[in-house]
Amino acid sequence: MYPSRFRYEAPRSLAEAIGLLHDNGDDAKVLAGGQSLVPLMKLRFASPGLIVDINNIPGLDYHRTDPDGTLRIGALCRHVHLEHSDLLKTSQPTMAAAAPLIADPIVRNRGTLVGSLCHADPQGDWASVVLALGGSVVARGPNGMRSIPLGDFVTGPFQNVLAPDEIAVEAVIPAAQGTRAGGYLKLERRVGDFATVGVAVALEMSGETVTRAGIALTGVGGSTIAARAAGDALTGRPLTAESIGHAADLAAEAARPRTDHRGSAEYKRHMVRTFVTRLLRRAEPAAERAA
Amino acid sequence: MSQALDEIKIGGLGASRKRVEDNRFIRGKGNYTDDITLPGMLHMEILRSPLAHARIKSIDASRAWDIPGVHLVLTGEMMATRNLAWMPTLSYDTQAVLATDKVRFQGQEVACVIADDPYIAKDACEAIEVEYEPLPVIVNPEQAVADGAPVIRDDKAGQESNVIFDWEVGDAAGTDRAFEQADVISRLKLHYPRSHPSPIECCGSIADFNRATSKLTVYMTTQAPHIIRAAVALVAELPEHMIRIISPDIGGGFGNKVPVYPGYVCSILASILLERPVKWIEDKSGNLISTGFARDIYLDGEMALRKDGKILGVRMHCDSDHGAFFSDAQPSKFKIGLLHSAFATYDIPFAHLTARGTYSNKAPGGVAYRCSFRVTEAMFFQERMMQAAADDLGMDQADFRRMNFVRDDQFPHRTPFGFLTDSGQYAKCLDVGLKAVDYEGFRREQAEARKHGRLLGLGISTMTEPLGAGNSREYDILGIKMFDSAELKVHMTGKAIVRTGARGQGQGHETTWAQIVSHELGIPADDIVVEEGDTDTAPFGMGTYASRSTPVAGAAVAMVSRKIRAKARKLAAHLLEVSEEDVEWELGRFYVRSAPARGVTIQECAMAAYSNMPDGMEPGLENTAYYDPPNLTWPFAVYIVTVEVDPETGVWDVLKLVAVDDCGVRINPMIVEGQIMGGLTEAYAMANMQFITFDADGNCVGSNYMDYLLPTAWETPGFELHSEVVTPCPHHPIGAKGIGECAAVGGPAAYVNAVLDALSETGVRNIDMPLLPDRVWEAITYRRDVSGAPPVRSDD
Amino acid sequence: MIIIEEEPAGSGVEIPVRRITFTVNGQKKTAEVEPRLLLAHLIRRGLGLTGTHMGCDTTNCGACTVLVDGRPVKSCTMLAVQADGHEIGTVEGLATASELHPLQEGFKEEHGLQCGFCTPGMMLAAKALLDANPDPTEEEVRWALSGNLCRCTGYQNIVKSVLWAAAKLRSEGA
Repeated sequence: MYPSRFRYEAPRSLAEAIGLLHDNGDDAKVLAGGQSLVPLMKLRFASPGLIVDINNIPGLDYHRTDPDGTLRIGALCRHVHLEHSDLLKTSQPTMAAAAPLIADPIVRNRGTLVGSLCHADPQGDWASVVLALGGSVVARGPNGMRSIPLGDFVTGPFQNVLAPDEIAVEAVIPAAQGTRAGGYLKLERRVGDFATVGVAVALEMSGETVTRAGIALTGVGGSTIAARAAGDALTGRPLTAESIGHAADLAAEAARPRTDHRGSAEYKRHMVRTFVTRLLRRAEPAAERAA
Repeated sequence: MSQALDEIKIGGLGASRKRVEDNRFIRGKGNYTDDITLPGMLHMEILRSPLAHARIKSIDASRAWDIPGVHLVLTGEMMATRNLAWMPTLSYDTQAVLATDKVRFQGQEVACVIADDPYIAKDACEAIEVEYEPLPVIVNPEQAVADGAPVIRDDKAGQESNVIFDWEVGDAAGTDRAFEQADVISRLKLHYPRSHPSPIECCGSIADFNRATSKLTVYMTTQAPHIIRAAVALVAELPEHMIRIISPDIGGGFGNKVPVYPGYVCSILASILLERPVKWIEDKSGNLISTGFARDIYLDGEMALRKDGKILGVRMHCDSDHGAFFSDAQPSKFKIGLLHSAFATYDIPFAHLTARGTYSNKAPGGVAYRCSFRVTEAMFFQERMMQAAADDLGMDQADFRRMNFVRDDQFPHRTPFGFLTDSGQYAKCLDVGLKAVDYEGFRREQAEARKHGRLLGLGISTMTEPLGAGNSREYDILGIKMFDSAELKVHMTGKAIVRTGARGQGQGHETTWAQIVSHELGIPADDIVVEEGDTDTAPFGMGTYASRSTPVAGAAVAMVSRKIRAKARKLAAHLLEVSEEDVEWELGRFYVRSAPARGVTIQECAMAAYSNMPDGMEPGLENTAYYDPPNLTWPFAVYIVTVEVDPETGVWDVLKLVAVDDCGVRINPMIVEGQIMGGLTEAYAMANMQFITFDADGNCVGSNYMDYLLPTAWETPGFELHSEVVTPCPHHPIGAKGIGECAAVGGPAAYVNAVLDALSETGVRNIDMPLLPDRVWEAITYRRDVSGAPPVRSDD
Repeated sequence: MIIIEEEPAGSGVEIPVRRITFTVNGQKKTAEVEPRLLLAHLIRRGLGLTGTHMGCDTTNCGACTVLVDGRPVKSCTMLAVQADGHEIGTVEGLATASELHPLQEGFKEEHGLQCGFCTPGMMLAAKALLDANPDPTEEEVRWALSGNLCRCTGYQNIVKSVLWAAAKLRSEGA
């Protein structure tokens, strides 16, 4: 419960932070919410030589929509801001459904969405949501900024593509072309548990037609899984009992769960199917009535 | 006209008096072990084994010693030179303090470091290099007795297997005959998974050896300070009168804080060597992986039934997994605790139980979790068996129980395993419960819901429980009889202090013991202070666990109060200038029978004890009573749970929970209800999500709060509590019975029976706890039983 | 202003410390701490405010909950150095010199505690809830407290305690 020794800096600007990372390379870690990093350090699973605390950098705690509809979430936007966000409740159903399910209410006061994406925990809920929405991470380094789609951002459990001297400053959710629908379902045995299974469904509708469908899965693989075939199977047509069933099957096939003390692989696959079905039916009540 | 005081107003029996201990806790001014700082205090951290079974080839602590701020590094080898590497357990076995030859479970203590602060101590632990040679691992009783199994306790001369004991009780021949007569035989096999009491506060101690006075003071998270004093005297070979154990505020016990742990012993030795106070506070991972666990028992039984539903006999066999050392705190005569209290609720003529205990490469324990020495296992098996038998007979669950209950007029009742249950109104409690849950209405609702594919279920669990160990004929721990005592001193102004050998950890003794005195003497409870926990001042007691305090220590409080009242009567007679035979008592006052207006208050008697004694009377108004309980007390409860199960996900939600508890006279109804709700929540946790399991290599799953799940306020259901039925205990001075563990004992079966009832159309007979969603789903989908603990990892 | 001196560690080895300034229960403090010191330990050992408790090592139990700028935070998962420039509220700051906070009264009235170990964290999490939502439903109370574990009470009386306090605060505010 006691971290090993480290040096600590609390820069007041991004430039300063990037400079510190640049000078210390692999031995430095960025500290934002700390709700993933500090526990690891307490167990001594992580022992960075330098902690770069970005909590004092102004102007990073926003979440807002650009005029073109792009949603931007700053590095210091806490889970709790998203949980109580009217913006999300009115225009981002998948995100609004997930926000209250992150960890527990106290952890949500400190933890950040961007930090969660960088931590790249295969059990992370936000990663599925952002993946389903086709989101990206914006990184800033000494050589400028780059935008990395989330599917490319995470390379394995707890591994991302950030260079040692890059900081993730923002998560970006592209503007919707149609009307958003969807949600997030998480099977947890109690608040704060890791997901036995989590499913994010993010749809865009134009009338009755699905114009875009993203489905991503938590906790059923070595990392977050994008159920691409399932999403593709829904696109360009209305939601029907049949199309929902088909998409649910494809999503279950995309899952790579392991049997462990949370459940058998078979069960987890079944839950993927069940959650996809439930979320899609909610998006199209007519399909639910017909089912 | 009576001038008796209003008992409720003065805080006597039956008053829901607000708690005295709250005053400091709500201000954050509790005094828990980790809150205490002594001058010059050092800090200790423990290095634990990552392997479950391995020979220790070498330990190199040189780098640890070199870290600035490190004062001492202790290893098993160093402990051995002082004969402290091993210590006796409370069950006549031995337990390693620090490993010498082998490590025998993952998490076992290998070394410890004492340093200026715990951060440095942890740094130094990380710098200790241990070389291990892995050995084959045993993680269950079947493996323990398989051919070629390695002997885990090869440290014990003459130990050639992993069997600790074989034990039996009951009438084998009579039971066999009963089974021959049976029309129906019901069978049930189940595993009660390994669990851990896990109070929020971890274990810890501050050992302070004072060379100048030769006195050792140890602040310790212990539920039994006098037992610890005796154990320390034995283990450390220090004289008992020079040892002072202080149990300050405890953040929950539930049995976790009864055993003697290696950390305590190491902190004591370190303090003696360094002549400075040494504080050891474990972390939650250490607590879960190494301290007294509970359950982990395989139960296999049969019930012989007549076709009208009368139970003719019961047979049970159990295999209990005790981990690497047999260290249970339980009465020494009973190897498997009070497991043979099973079926005490019912009038059954014949029963037979066999039990085998084995070692494994897991932490030591088995008895330690709100269980009154394995009564949790006994009553769980009982009520699960009753459910199965009722189903086999095609009988209604409530009717089957009712027809077999011990009847009111059968008390005191000898159970088939030899206990004597004291009193009860079992059928009435069941009636109250069934009415509260609207039993008939629910069954209609259940049938209707089934037509729409919704699975509703109702589970009943009825139990009686042996609480208040125990009479000196049968009960002892390491030969020490299980009596308790209370000392009462009434000061000259009529205020008082009562001390007992109990040690509450949230049960509210500071509030309730005063209520007993108030009841006996009419002194307002607010005028009575209660102290526990310091062996220098507390009269002897065997501690607070197994719901024994109200039955034993509480009885001692009543008895010493009566001794005081007897002396006060003499003082009253002297003050009133009449003979003792002419003096009557009403609450708070003695008066002259023939002239009731003439009286003296208890306070006036107290003053007289210091200022106006009759000739020949010793002055003062103080006394001590030692209580050897004539029998255990047997509260009774009915727990009824209704649930809805989602057949698609296996998730189940509690719709309603009704609890009818008859624990005799309730000293403080508010506190009693608090105990019941706490127990029902632990029962819910065990039924739903809480467990510890091991993989084939002995790696422990459930050794931190990410895997060992306690429910939060969000999942935990609400409870409807009933207290209409009160059957006093005939042999307890105030008619009270224990209550602290009842709901933890009887609760789990109610939840499990409810879920299985919801699944009744599938023919599933058993799902072992925890009823995780995937296990319930498996049962529904494949229409099969789900047995054993959840598997750890198997790649498919 | 109170200066807390860090105890000298070991034999003359320089361990880098950082000077921080913060307020605790309205009082300004300055401290020099190692970066790795957890906020919970600064509160308990550095300031002697032992009402904040340590219950686990995986950020689950919430016994260490304090208020940072009015928001509940698990102080075991925050570094002490991160408190620089912020306001910390602990259980010791709930009561005034003469009066208990209605939450403290409520927990006593409704038997919302048994061993008392989780209680400070529960009350502070509840305080933050009532500050934002003076008239919560039972469900909202349970949700807000779902980051704080209790082993003794079964939560039902804790919920009643918070609702008792909410009612009292509303009547006082009226």
